[in-house]
Amino acid sequence: MNQKFQDWVDKRHDYAREWKERTGGKVVGYLCTYAPAEIFYAADILPVRILGGHKPSSLVEPHIYGSMFCPFCRDCLSQGLEGKYDYLDGIMIAQSCLHIRQTFWSWEKHIPMDYSYYLYMPHSTQSNGRYAYLHGELVRFKKSLEDWIGREITPEDLDRGIEICNTNRQLLKQAYDFRKKEAPPITGLEALEVALASQLTDKREHSQALEELIAELPERNLDRETGTRLMIVGSEDDDREFFEMVEQRLSLPATLVIEEHCTGSRDFWNQVVPQEDRLMAISARYIDRPSCPSKDWPARQRFDHIAALVKDYGVEGAIVMQQKFCDPHELDIPALTKFFEEELNIPTYFLEFDITVPAGQFAVRVEAFLETMVDLF
Amino acid sequence: MGEEKVYPTEPLRCWSKAKELRFKYYKDYVEAKEKGGIRWSGSAWAFNAIPSGLGEDVYSVTGEPYGATSTYFENFSLQCLEAAEKAGIARDLCGYLRNYWGGLLLDKFIMPDGTILDKWPVADFLFSSHVCCSHAKWYQHAGELEGGIPLQAIDVSVGPYPNIPDREGALRYIVQQMNESIEMMQEVTGRDYSDELLIEAIKNECRSFSLWAEICTYNKNIPAPLDEKTMYSLYVLTTLNPQRKEVADFYHELRDEVRDRAERGIAAVAQERYRVITDSQPPWAALQVFRHMEKEYGAVSVGSWYTFGLMGAFDEESDGTIVPFPPPQDRGLSLKTREEALQAYADYRLRNWGWRIFQSVDERLRITNQLVDQWKVDALISHLNKGCEGTSIGILEARLDLLKRNVPVLTFEGNMADTRDFDLERTLARIDTFLDGVGLKKLTSQ
Repeated sequence: MNQKFQDWVDKRHDYAREWKERTGGKVVGYLCTYAPAEIFYAADILPVRILGGHKPSSLVEPHIYGSMFCPFCRDCLSQGLEGKYDYLDGIMIAQSCLHIRQTFWSWEKHIPMDYSYYLYMPHSTQSNGRYAYLHGELVRFKKSLEDWIGREITPEDLDRGIEICNTNRQLLKQAYDFRKKEAPPITGLEALEVALASQLTDKREHSQALEELIAELPERNLDRETGTRLMIVGSEDDDREFFEMVEQRLSLPATLVIEEHCTGSRDFWNQVVPQEDRLMAISARYIDRPSCPSKDWPARQRFDHIAALVKDYGVEGAIVMQQKFCDPHELDIPALTKFFEEELNIPTYFLEFDITVPAGQFAVRVEAFLETMVDLF
Repeated sequence: MGEEKVYPTEPLRCWSKAKELRFKYYKDYVEAKEKGGIRWSGSAWAFNAIPSGLGEDVYSVTGEPYGATSTYFENFSLQCLEAAEKAGIARDLCGYLRNYWGGLLLDKFIMPDGTILDKWPVADFLFSSHVCCSHAKWYQHAGELEGGIPLQAIDVSVGPYPNIPDREGALRYIVQQMNESIEMMQEVTGRDYSDELLIEAIKNECRSFSLWAEICTYNKNIPAPLDEKTMYSLYVLTTLNPQRKEVADFYHELRDEVRDRAERGIAAVAQERYRVITDSQPPWAALQVFRHMEKEYGAVSVGSWYTFGLMGAFDEESDGTIVPFPPPQDRGLSLKTREEALQAYADYRLRNWGWRIFQSVDERLRITNQLVDQWKVDALISHLNKGCEGTSIGILEARLDLLKRNVPVLTFEGNMADTRDFDLERTLARIDTFLDGVGLKKLTSQ
């Protein structure tokens, strides 16, 4: 029953090409989940998140310095330079870390597009002026899209965009609720594929499929031992091989019951709360969403969100992961690890990811971590 | 390549004064509490003038120059870096930050003369700007390590100002954060806030930055009156306490001296015959690289966007000519109220080249090309600096852009603040090969 989501992830380029052909619409690739999907849908544009291909490539070497910038940002650019995203009509970034903005810049310079836009998403998500500032940025972004598509984006269009995104987010949270169960009827890998697919497909189609999945979940029995309930927390992570390895290939049972990263729950956790000024409502949604560490200051609000997830999902251990060189997460990890262990009394295990997963090594390490949490004899 | 001639040189008269001011800066910070003063710590890119409204006895230590100082004393630096690593701090994070956090963890603080103090002088509050991934996060964690010191940071990521569509919106956002910062500082210190002192500090700070920019423009001269290694010791005060009158006055004096050198044809390097610029911070513990190029080849680094524009304030004329951007008080702006002063201050500071380059590769490319053309530069020497992700973003695109124009580019890998990431012999060999390749013969072999 998860096949559709898996196919969408596996064949995301085919999906987008087919969508274009079917609808005659435009497709824009975006580089960070702070990109306001609602406005794209209001403009009848399909936003698809640009992801890497999980394979090394030398094409990116002249553009992004490999000894200090994250493999994900390099892999994304590499996919573009290889022509994997040749169906895109445009590219967009909402400002987040320094790493991924280089992907945008080099893409803009070396892969011609009809449209490109850099949205100056504020880093301060706790200061008084944050909503108004982002509102101004959204006004300009909307105008830029209007100029490109040649029509006005009306309040009704924005309502439609908000509705499409909110519905999808609500359904994703409903599906995630099943992961709280003692024997979750959906694995971490399946949940990741569902969440990933929502960033790669038309959310209306995704929501339809998700409704069907949710309807089936109450009766679903995975016939597997849940084992240790793990959380994965950290950088961008679409390494499905890792999820599959943890849940299916270890000698000790384990289930990834929740994740706190931008390819998973952090992207869809909160809704747009309607306001008369639609763009202000969208601004509030993106400011108030669970923060990327790069925007989580001066107070550490992210940690409270993580604590709530730990409690709600019955987490017993946390895998703290980061993409190699991911500064925002590296900056949080010492305090985060301490928080898990001293405040939440949850053991952690750190793993550094690259674009390819060393499955054998990671299996040994995660298994050793699991052993510390279970009574083997 | 210029003619092979020998230019007259003279020592800089201001040199010892720069050193004295730098030492006094750290001494004042360390001793602040003995005199009932206030200490704050934060980024060199903080809006330094703002804490000045709390009184004349407010002293800072800014993290990046502190990290660079620490690096210069290699043994101490290694202790700090290793202490950070033992605490689970990633080795590829900002090199300055790791020296600073390591010092905090060891509870040791180093002075510019190498004296190591057995107690880290804890700040009353932390104050930073935020444009790269690290700045606010740096002081967030520092505050935790110091036992819960409050932090205020100002997000300046509003785009490459002034080349943005909504300057007013950006200024409103910044000024609002400045006012929040003042509130926090008053709350933490329990002191009244003097707008008069604030305005004076803004005027001094902007004067420091404009004068430094003017000093840099004299290096368009052939021969260059300053070499970049020397400039590092001079620009540093803009990263420490540019808001102080004595610092602004120092830059006034230095400007007069450098202008005089340019007018009289006094060179930094007598045998200048090849001019380069650099990119990113240098490896601070290996500045002999610059002297090697000068002595062996007559190759002089005349600056960089970093040395000029980390703090220097520049403007552009309609034909693209880079000129100093005058301080607000010299442009006839009224600075009588807090709001007027903060507005003018924000408008002035947001033009910072570094902030623009961190948010737009086009700005980096444009500025780099302008430097090459206007400073009459023969080549770029680009430090692939693992210690600073901010100054390294877009660095390879800048390389590609210059190569398209047939401007030679040398890259070398290193780290501004972690000597373990830098190989001196290999770097010198690369430089020799590069300079041989562009047709220079070693002076010592002629």
